Amino acid sequence: MSRTAPALDIDAILDDDATRIIVCCGSGGVGKTTTAAALGLRAAERGRAVVVLTVDPARRLAQSMGLTELDNTPRRITGNGSAADRVDAANGGELHAMMLDMKRTFDEIIEAHADPQRAQQILTNPFYQSLSSSFSGTQEYMAMEKLGQLRRSGDWDLIVVDTPPSRSALDFLDAPERLGRFLDGRLIRILTAPAKAGGRSAFKLLNAGFGIIAGMLTKVLGAQVLKDIQTFVSALDAVFGGFRQRAEQTYRLLQAPGTAFLVVAAPERDAMREASYFVERLADDRMPLAGVVVNRVHQASASTLSSARSYAAAEDLETRGEHDLTVAVLRLHADRMQLAAREQREQEHFTSAHPTVPLAQVPAMPEDVHDLAGLRQIGRLLAS
Amino acid sequence: MRQPAGRKSTARDSDWEGVRLHVVTGKGGTGKTTVAAALALALASGNRKVLLVEVEGRQGIAQVFDLPPLPYEERKIAVAPGGGDVYALAIDPEEAMLDYLEMFYGIKRMGKALTRMGMIDFATTIAPGLRDVLVTGKTSEAVRRRDKSGRRVYDAIVMDAPPTGRIARFLNVTQEVAGLARVGPVKNHADMVRSVLASPETAVHFVTLLEEMPVQETLDGITELRTAKLPVGGVFINMVRPTTLPDTVLDAAAADRFDLSELALGLKAAGLADGKADASLIAEALALEVSEHARRTELERRERGTLDTAGAPRYDLPLLADGVDLTGLYELAEAINEQGAA
Repeated sequence: MSRTAPALDIDAILDDDATRIIVCCGSGGVGKTTTAAALGLRAAERGRAVVVLTVDPARRLAQSMGLTELDNTPRRITGNGSAADRVDAANGGELHAMMLDMKRTFDEIIEAHADPQRAQQILTNPFYQSLSSSFSGTQEYMAMEKLGQLRRSGDWDLIVVDTPPSRSALDFLDAPERLGRFLDGRLIRILTAPAKAGGRSAFKLLNAGFGIIAGMLTKVLGAQVLKDIQTFVSALDAVFGGFRQRAEQTYRLLQAPGTAFLVVAAPERDAMREASYFVERLADDRMPLAGVVVNRVHQASASTLSSARSYAAAEDLETRGEHDLTVAVLRLHADRMQLAAREQREQEHFTSAHPTVPLAQVPAMPEDVHDLAGLRQIGRLLAS
Repeated sequence: MRQPAGRKSTARDSDWEGVRLHVVTGKGGTGKTTVAAALALALASGNRKVLLVEVEGRQGIAQVFDLPPLPYEERKIAVAPGGGDVYALAIDPEEAMLDYLEMFYGIKRMGKALTRMGMIDFATTIAPGLRDVLVTGKTSEAVRRRDKSGRRVYDAIVMDAPPTGRIARFLNVTQEVAGLARVGPVKNHADMVRSVLASPETAVHFVTLLEEMPVQETLDGITELRTAKLPVGGVFINMVRPTTLPDTVLDAAAADRFDLSELALGLKAAGLADGKADASLIAEALALEVSEHARRTELERRERGTLDTAGAPRYDLPLLADGVDLTGLYELAEAINEQGAA
């Protein structure tokens, strides 16, 4: 069994005009956002008009691109200071970036799809306010919605997006389906029935069985809560059709050949296991996987010197009471070789299970990325 | 405080005496679940009974302990060093909702009917705050649960909580449902949960690495918790690498004054190099590793200094050379006990 994964050719993906969307997904803390930003910068400097859509509220990313903060509208990134810290536009490319504001995005959809009176009714409803500013589910859905908007605008050659750190791996793929289930549920029809029948008081027209349920819901949730839910659901019902259709459109867009999914991982057991899961899930959903980016890979410069030899030599010198410095350096090196070997094994496990999936490695940096020069370096390492 | 039946208390110095609910949060990738598991083992040591709960449906606890997926049921999963039991529970919001209906209204059957209709799914989707109240509510119930003789069933509960970016919101349940329910049963339930979470019986611990982003998120999370008047616990610095090089060497390496010739001599003396040229070649490659290590150490020192400003006790957990396995968990539990975090 071959344990060598095919190499991931990042530049081929970035340079291909047919590539319109790159989705970076992966578990939390593996460097998705940095990867997305580095890819965006590299593509822009190779001549493409790029927008990076991030859901990560880390100010650091905005700062690394020379902005104090990002908002819900794409901003042009040019950089400032020395040449190394400016976006090189020599090839005719441009870099833009934005950060998803899910509440704003949600509000805009409501405003665009409901008449002013209904929109007002929804926007001021306590349930809407809770739903639109919560982090679970809504963020994934709104990321999809924003992606669809950006793509439809036709303003960019390439959209690079990082996905929210979901509690379950691919929540953003499930969002449209969940919305559908939500809509088609019997419950929503029960709740909206009175409103549809002319907005008379709750459950008045319902039969006895529903009456019992309504009574119990009132008991458990309280009458006001129930009323809020009803008002919200019936108001939202009017705009839901649009929602669902658009979510499905975006979903199909993701399956199309112009999209490239990159699974971002770190060479640790949990992260590689998650990566495996992502890869399988993407295949199940027939989403086009381009490959896996493994961040923070440890390498040793003196790789010809094995950890076993280093440990043995360090011990030998120590017994002889000589060369303290060399002893310490050899131990450091041996630890590093061991770490590198362990990380290599984790990647090999992955490759055994998914032999055809291309991999790219990015070495661990001693320091965090702070500026465009740092992002550029990551991009270079990704492509090499 | 009365002691649970059949178990003798072991007097020991812990920084969190009196805390029964340990909430563990951390940025993704910091090893939050691993630390929660190790903390549960550490708290159980000395014949105690500890419940480890999971709230995000990721089955992370099962993975850490190398077990099949956990059900919505409290079951024993590990024995602590020196005796003591760790139980685990994967909280599912739907099941927690049924429990809630059963416990407060005695209407479990009706609850099941509601589940079939998609009511629970609906309610927790449309009002994520409600989901959080159910999950924290189930946990609070376990904290307060007593057996027939009136003794607490668990000595401590450890919660593997959502990541740092969401923790204040997740725990600030009354705030979360305030917009939804100003009065009524949900509000009352949230108030009960709040009284447990905000009490001195609770501590929210942060897991971090000595890297910029996790440290910044930790500080932000601590500030948010303090603003919400929720009890901040300790900071667990995970994956701490041993310092093998003396400060003088690190400083020299950082300042590009590393003694290459001494290293080359050492390599020759150890028989690792064939001749002078080979020795200096290897020495140069090794020096690169040293200089990277020095920069890394410098950054870690800086991040430690930043963490100091949080004013929370800190605990160091070593990087496990062989990755996280069961042996590694016990190693971490020991480190937690030794440093008085449990």
